[in-house]
Amino acid sequence: MIAQIDGRDVHVDEEGFLTEYDDWDEALAATLAGNIGLALTDRHMEVVSFLRRDYVDQGETPTLRRVTATGGFPTRELFKLFPGKPAKKMSYVAGLPKPVGCV
Amino acid sequence: MPRRLVILGGGTAGTMAANRLRRELPDWDIVVVDRDNEHHYQPGYLFLPFGTYERDDLVRPRVRFLPDDVRLDYGDVDHVDTDSSTVHLVDGRTMPYDQLIIATGTHPTPEETPGMLGSGWNRDVFDLYSLDGAAALADALATWQGGRLVVHVCELPIKCPVAPLEFAFLADSHLRETGRRDQTELVYVTPLDGAFTKPVASRELGGRLEERAIHLEADFMVDTIDEDRKVLTSFDDREVAYDLLVTVPVNRGAAFVGRSGLGDELDHVKVDSATMQSTTADNVFAIGDAANLPTSKAGSVAHFAVDVFVDNFVDHVNGRPMHREFDGHANCFIETGDNKAMMIDFNYDTQPLPGQYPLPRVGPFQLLKESRVNHMGKLAFRWVYWNLLLPGRPMPLSSDMSMRGKIPEKEHAA
Repeated sequence: MIAQIDGRDVHVDEEGFLTEYDDWDEALAATLAGNIGLALTDRHMEVVSFLRRDYVDQGETPTLRRVTATGGFPTRELFKLFPGKPAKKMSYVAGLPKPVGCV
Repeated sequence: MPRRLVILGGGTAGTMAANRLRRELPDWDIVVVDRDNEHHYQPGYLFLPFGTYERDDLVRPRVRFLPDDVRLDYGDVDHVDTDSSTVHLVDGRTMPYDQLIIATGTHPTPEETPGMLGSGWNRDVFDLYSLDGAAALADALATWQGGRLVVHVCELPIKCPVAPLEFAFLADSHLRETGRRDQTELVYVTPLDGAFTKPVASRELGGRLEERAIHLEADFMVDTIDEDRKVLTSFDDREVAYDLLVTVPVNRGAAFVGRSGLGDELDHVKVDSATMQSTTADNVFAIGDAANLPTSKAGSVAHFAVDVFVDNFVDHVNGRPMHREFDGHANCFIETGDNKAMMIDFNYDTQPLPGQYPLPRVGPFQLLKESRVNHMGKLAFRWVYWNLLLPGRPMPLSSDMSMRGKIPEKEHAA
């Protein structure tokens, strides 16, 4: 479906996660972060950039463990930057599909 | 010279594949490699703490389920050299292969969580996913006088993701029957945001927890366990206290998978989700829990996946394109206590939904609903496992998922 964010049309799923990789830019990231009560810092953006790069390489949103193991961001810090539900919040701000939950 | 197929792992998936492929590829040399000759009926671990099964009910020699002309070779894999198509064993032996199937499963690794393997291990901290852990838990439950019993999952994916929920339900029912439920506070701690991953099942199972006064602590990602204070601490500094902890450690694939450059961060083999062919080497496949398929790690997934895999593999070794695609189909029983169980049936794209299986209206199994027939099905499955599933005998169930008998989300809600 299509939603209006920052006065432009973007593709989202029913939970509001972006579904088109190219709909995203840094300005949109700030708005998405604001939607979930986060003020973006450079460190947030480092994490988000890793997620977006890794998505292109791997074809799927990285898991929390992958962000820690491959991206080098400690889990504890990810919980500070994206409180409560880091895996979900990181991918939301990065404009990527929600990570696949295994049944 | 005959071509050689090496299968690493003689568990559920490896054994099924060996039996099916022996019939399909009569002139191949087929070798299965495993550390030992003990095949465990892993779904039975869940019942051990409640005395439904004993150890001897759950263990059989691996060789009994392998065809006579398939060799079982004992060894520990050091690594696979995919460039030269050779398996290197820890004892220095090498095994060249034409085709390789990795079926070494996934395993609890309590050493991954700081504090888990402390003084409390197998005293008041137990792992349900090993024969020794489940047996030790049986002793602890027998003398349990009450307190806080915490059932806990560290991180997904784990094999049989419903088992910890089933344990909570069975513990509730067992403690009621033995007059100790009122003295016991039951808590279910999970890194997920609800009882389960997919919305409809999560809602249904969450409702069952609530009905039974089992407290749900969601979004809890454990950092450390303090076995002196008996407290779990999460990465965002929340604490959960326990008197008895039943935990599911981080699950990892076999370490050699990582050493061979074939795995993801958890050493599960990276594969194409439709064909189970390694994304690194085209004469390497991974089946069962060892593969990083985006679905549950469970014997039932392996069962339906092996159906598809065998057809594809025969095409592949004969130089034809692989024509079948695995859709992620699986189903399983979920014990809910009081001699009842639910059943779920799902695939990559369709979440577990209510209805009947395998026949619409008739069932006999009820999807996402508790019934005695489901429980009978679960208990009967042990016989099916040893006698039909492992030998690869035909089962009257389709490997592709069907929507027949299922009630889609919208109608269900109405």
